[in-house]
Amino acid sequence: MLINQFLLLGAALFSLGVYGVLTRKNAVLVLLSVELMLAAVNINLVAFDRYFVDTEAAGQVFALFVITVAAAEVGIGLAIVLLIFRVRKSANVDEFDLMKL
Amino acid sequence: MIGTPIFDVFSTLLAGVNHASRFNDGGALAAGAWMIPVVPMVMAFLIVFFGKRSPWKGWVMATGTMLFVAIYGMALFLMNLVEGITYQGSVWLSDVGTTAFGVLNVEWGWMVDGLSIMMYFLVGVVGVLIFWYARGYMEDDVRYTWFFASFTLFAGGMLVLVSAPNLIQLIVGWELVGVSSYLLIGHYWEEHQNSSAAIKAFMTNKVADVGLFVGAIIIGVSVGSFRFSEILGVVEGESGDSTLAKYAFWAGLAIFIGAMGKSAQFPLHVWLPDAMAGPTPVSALMHAATMVTAGVYLIGRLFPFYMNDLFASDVRTVIIIVGAATLLLAGLLALVQDDIKRVLAYSTLSQLGYMTAAMGAGAYTAGLFHLFTHGFFKALLFLGAGSIIHAVHSNNMSDMGGLRKYMPRTFWTFLIGSFALAGIFPLAGFWSKDEILASIQYDASHGGGAVASTVLVVAIIGAFVTALYMTRTVYLTFFGKYKGDAHPHESPKTMTLPMVGLTIGAVGLGALNIPGITTWFTDSLAARFVAPGDHHATSIEWVLAIIGTAAALAGIALGYRLWHRDAAIQRDRDTFRIPVLYPLLENKYYIDDFYMGNIIRPVRGPLARAVDWFNSHIIDSVVNGAGYLARGLGKTVYLFDQRGIDGVINVSGFAASFAGGMLRLFQTGRVQHYAIMIFAGTVFLVVGLIIF
Repeated sequence: MLINQFLLLGAALFSLGVYGVLTRKNAVLVLLSVELMLAAVNINLVAFDRYFVDTEAAGQVFALFVITVAAAEVGIGLAIVLLIFRVRKSANVDEFDLMKL
Repeated sequence: MIGTPIFDVFSTLLAGVNHASRFNDGGALAAGAWMIPVVPMVMAFLIVFFGKRSPWKGWVMATGTMLFVAIYGMALFLMNLVEGITYQGSVWLSDVGTTAFGVLNVEWGWMVDGLSIMMYFLVGVVGVLIFWYARGYMEDDVRYTWFFASFTLFAGGMLVLVSAPNLIQLIVGWELVGVSSYLLIGHYWEEHQNSSAAIKAFMTNKVADVGLFVGAIIIGVSVGSFRFSEILGVVEGESGDSTLAKYAFWAGLAIFIGAMGKSAQFPLHVWLPDAMAGPTPVSALMHAATMVTAGVYLIGRLFPFYMNDLFASDVRTVIIIVGAATLLLAGLLALVQDDIKRVLAYSTLSQLGYMTAAMGAGAYTAGLFHLFTHGFFKALLFLGAGSIIHAVHSNNMSDMGGLRKYMPRTFWTFLIGSFALAGIFPLAGFWSKDEILASIQYDASHGGGAVASTVLVVAIIGAFVTALYMTRTVYLTFFGKYKGDAHPHESPKTMTLPMVGLTIGAVGLGALNIPGITTWFTDSLAARFVAPGDHHATSIEWVLAIIGTAAALAGIALGYRLWHRDAAIQRDRDTFRIPVLYPLLENKYYIDDFYMGNIIRPVRGPLARAVDWFNSHIIDSVVNGAGYLARGLGKTVYLFDQRGIDGVINVSGFAASFAGGMLRLFQTGRVQHYAIMIFAGTVFLVVGLIIF
């Protein structure tokens, strides 16, 4: 069984996610792109799990963990975006330069 | 013993003395006597540094020191009276090794024998009374603390001199006395006259010191040691073919020239009257116990050397002539002085002449006994004069007169001092002067010949002159009518009590050595490693005592005739002039003028020019050269500082600022920019990891 096609799929998906994170202005879409990157990571984990014929299925378990953490992160991220939107009337990432002193 | 490591030996050293001493070694009291010179020397420096903050601005420290010396000296004196002490302690300060004349070791030691004990006692007791007095006399002085520091140094220097067991340490003390006398005579240096008096004293002493050095070197080289015990051991033991015996006359003469300077013998006496420029307590101490007694002391220390026929006995003829000349010529000068302190100064000269003449006549005990009693009554007279000066604010007797009524205590003590000086029975001066006359008479009939007989006559005339000028002083000062403008008053107790103390000495100390009755002083002075070998009167010389007293009474009678008048005549009588003699006396025998015109001026002019040339050409060019060098060096350092060090600091500053400016651009505050950088960094690391 070849692994390349899965890895290429993961890489493509990850690149898409990075592109989305860096270019999208809407904070919700940035979060969506982050989910894409996490999904790419999950594909890689599962693919490697099968490729190495892991009897413990550690890759799949890790993928489950990542999905859980991603869900929590999105929950928090959306909450922050919602609060900022309420204050600023905007979810545009360009306008958030609060980190600059 | 010689060559033992530094500070290792604290023991009785009798090496070189070739006989066992007949005397007690003095025990712990003598072994601890090193403190007598050391305590004042140390204290003098402590007063300089801490005096101003101590009680009475240093007076307590100074007087406490003298009190210590007085008590120690008195204890030794009493012990020496009971049984003679001879002790010599030494500390070897260094071991230089073999030199041209053997092994040169620098020795600090302390001599505790009859002679030095007598001096400890004299310096201590007279010193403490004068120090006590000085508190009142110097009360408002600007340099009060400094005065007591140098005064303590003066006494300390004398004690170093007296305690010296070798010629080198003696010279150290000798010069310490010289330098501190310079400081004290020039105490009121604001007036040029006073500082030149100080220079005169110092320079005259220096001239004489050359003699002392030459004598010390001759003796040191020919004996191979500078220690008195070894020098006198050679004198006692050898039969006359030693190296020392060959050069003894010249060595003895050279040493005597040194003694002439310190003891102000004619013609090196010129500094002593000018030394009156110092404060009166200084004059008192200088004339009584320290400094001028040093010369007589030195002759006494080397006395066996001068007595032994194989050694320097010929020098004694010179000594007795110089002494006789001084006693008469200085006595006559005292007759014409108006300054009361100068009268006393010339009287000191005259009395020192007596002592020197006695030494020359081979009368060790008589000379030193007169030194001892004279110390008391001369200090008393000076303190009395100081008390008068304090009251009338003038040194001149033409501004005094009639003070008997205003200052009774000063009058009575001064009167007793004058009688003691004149040699009136039964005061101390009578006994010591009589003993000198007796000794000179003895010498005249035992080898002294015509010289000694002449000196005896001179000494009797001297006694007459002494009584005459003291009568004059007493009448001009205390009798008649007051001629000054001040309001005379009796001096405070701090000043009169020490005078009373000295009066007791001036009255009673003669009892120490009454010929035929008491021999305490003779016995205590005889406690030496090498017997002095003098002759001293064992019974009273009735004829001489009567002649001496008659001369003194005649002097008083003539003085009474001339000066005991009412105010107007008293003044006339004071200007009473003997045609030829008076101008001679007035001008001090032209000796000062002779020195000034023939020695000082011809030397001073070229010397001053030479020094000026040296100063402006050599020293200035050295100084200028150093200046240029320093300036050049300064420039180089400046450049290096500006360009080099400053450059480095500025560059690093600019670099930090530039880097900060650059980094600032990355801090946009936007999340996505940070994310780009994180991503780029990750890529960078991953690529790096793959490649390397």
